[in-house]
Amino acid sequence: MATLTYLEAIRQGIWEEMERDPNVFLIGEDLGVYGGAFKVTAGMLEHFGEKRVVDTPICESAIVGAAIGAGLVGLRPVAEMQFADFITCGYDQIVNFAAKCRYRWGAAVPIVIRAPSGGGIHGGPFHSQNPEAWFVHTPGLKVITPATAYDAKGLIKAAIRDNDPCVFFEHKALYRRIKEDIPDGEYTVPIGKARVFREGRDLSIITYGAMVYVAQEAAEVLEKEGISVEIVDLRTLLPIDEETILESVRRTSKAILLHEDVLTGGIGGELAARITEKAFEYLDGPVLRIAAPDTPVPYSPPLEEAFLPNAEKVIAKARWLCQY
Amino acid sequence: MAATTTRPERLLSGSEAEAELARKFLHFMFLMREVEDRLERKLYRQGKILGGVYVGRGQEAIPVGAGLQTDPDDVLFPSHRDLALYFIRGVQLREVFAQYMGRVDGPTRGRDANMHMGDMKRKLVSIISAMAASVPVSAGAALGLKYKGSRNIVFVFFGDGATSRGDWHEGVNLAAVQKVPLVLVCNNNQYAYSTPLSKQMACENVADRAPGYGIPAEIADGNDVFAVYEAVGRAAAHARAGSGPYLVECKTFRMTGHSAHDPADYVPKHLWAEWAARDPILRLETLMLDRGWSDRKAIDDLYNGLRREVDEAIEWAENSPYPDPADVLANVYETPQPPR
Repeated sequence: MATLTYLEAIRQGIWEEMERDPNVFLIGEDLGVYGGAFKVTAGMLEHFGEKRVVDTPICESAIVGAAIGAGLVGLRPVAEMQFADFITCGYDQIVNFAAKCRYRWGAAVPIVIRAPSGGGIHGGPFHSQNPEAWFVHTPGLKVITPATAYDAKGLIKAAIRDNDPCVFFEHKALYRRIKEDIPDGEYTVPIGKARVFREGRDLSIITYGAMVYVAQEAAEVLEKEGISVEIVDLRTLLPIDEETILESVRRTSKAILLHEDVLTGGIGGELAARITEKAFEYLDGPVLRIAAPDTPVPYSPPLEEAFLPNAEKVIAKARWLCQY
Repeated sequence: MAATTTRPERLLSGSEAEAELARKFLHFMFLMREVEDRLERKLYRQGKILGGVYVGRGQEAIPVGAGLQTDPDDVLFPSHRDLALYFIRGVQLREVFAQYMGRVDGPTRGRDANMHMGDMKRKLVSIISAMAASVPVSAGAALGLKYKGSRNIVFVFFGDGATSRGDWHEGVNLAAVQKVPLVLVCNNNQYAYSTPLSKQMACENVADRAPGYGIPAEIADGNDVFAVYEAVGRAAAHARAGSGPYLVECKTFRMTGHSAHDPADYVPKHLWAEWAARDPILRLETLMLDRGWSDRKAIDDLYNGLRREVDEAIEWAENSPYPDPADVLANVYETPQPPR
């Protein structure tokens, strides 16, 4: 058992897969000598060599495209976007090329695109976004959003072994903040399975990524007020684990969808619709959403604080919902 | 680094091997012309093809000359005007007609239309509609072959218009930096839909772009199949030797509209006549007759035989079933997803 940060857990997961399968290789900007903008790939160039740690020019579209091409000829590339914000430059390759190959002509594209996302690091409008919903709207992709170090390792390993294109969002604010004991042995975490992060009776907060910890902070305060909160950590947004969500809501009869992504068009709206379609008779109150406002992510600390969902906002909505 | 060059007029040796190659060229070039004539001018107008039809009339020398330089395990990325590459790789005529008619026996089983065909077993990668998107993907396939220690290489085909897109530049640059075994074949047919080359780029030749990426390039007469064959042969040798990417610009002309619905009345009339005189099939026929590599009867017999094969393939495709609507959810992922 070793204590690893979220970042170290991702590194260890990739490392183990590279040791296990010689077809796994890394491609992206500043991965090798520099070890990646966040140091996720530190030490890999020295250990695995230039062939397996490919530093590219600044070309997100070609990074994704090249990963697709290498995937088509039998390799398992892990591509890195330096920040999830720059994934827009490779968007066509992801949603039109990678996502549609299997459906159109039966070709597997076994690639992983890693994308450090999220705010809370004073990164401003182009280093803080949560663009996961764009990809959730694209059949053919898998969208993965781990919150814990255990899951981050298990899911990156599962994504590398998966035969479909996976977009893997790593929350930057968790990289060094989250530390956990990671078992020594080999394990993976299944893609498409949510888990109950905290059990409760009165209210379900369905969330993912860094917001799991915001929900947890709120739940601890609410617990003292006699409100028992259940937290569902989605872990994967596409395919979505509808069963775990519905099962939780049927028990608690109240649901809050919480995400750091902006409100309009976020995954919360989709899940609210599914809950009302499939668990309406179990509900004892409106399905609520808590999300960032519909603005770019601002830079200055008081502005960013106002932008990001936090425990106070969750507590206020939860109290209101419980009195409904 | 090699500057852009235009090779001098070829000198054919007149050997039997050359005669044999010429007959092979003619077979595939005529086949492509005949199939595309039926698609564009018969089946489309008869309402039997509902979607788009994009053909390479007048450009047949490019996929044929280049395609016959490929090894069966080289990976090909055809453009939408390179139908002959599919035939060279063994795709059956009837599969192609079934594809265009949206039938289940087409290579995409009705999932995609027209030239959007691929099959990794035949090392053919399907294009997507965004021009030049194949170029970075081809760079990655070449990187992958190099990674695996393969002696095979990758060929990517695109038009002049595609070289305006960022994906082309990112892909070529990455391929050049990584020195991957990639042959870039441009069919410069002078028009991107209705936009003439002069509004597509401010340099004279697509090949002029290559020195900026530190890769060699040459210009070939795209309506002379031997010239294409030789130029692409030099490019392939360069790539196979581990010397990196190589660009061949084939100058040609699109002897039709962008698509079957496009009368192309934006093309000045004199250009049609000028380029008709340089028709690659007529030129090859003339060469073959002049050299005594074939005679009129043998050529007509070849054409008639291919026409019959096309007739049979169309009939077969028309009798092929449409896909089962229940199949619409299949193959989004490797593991089927539960219906919502």
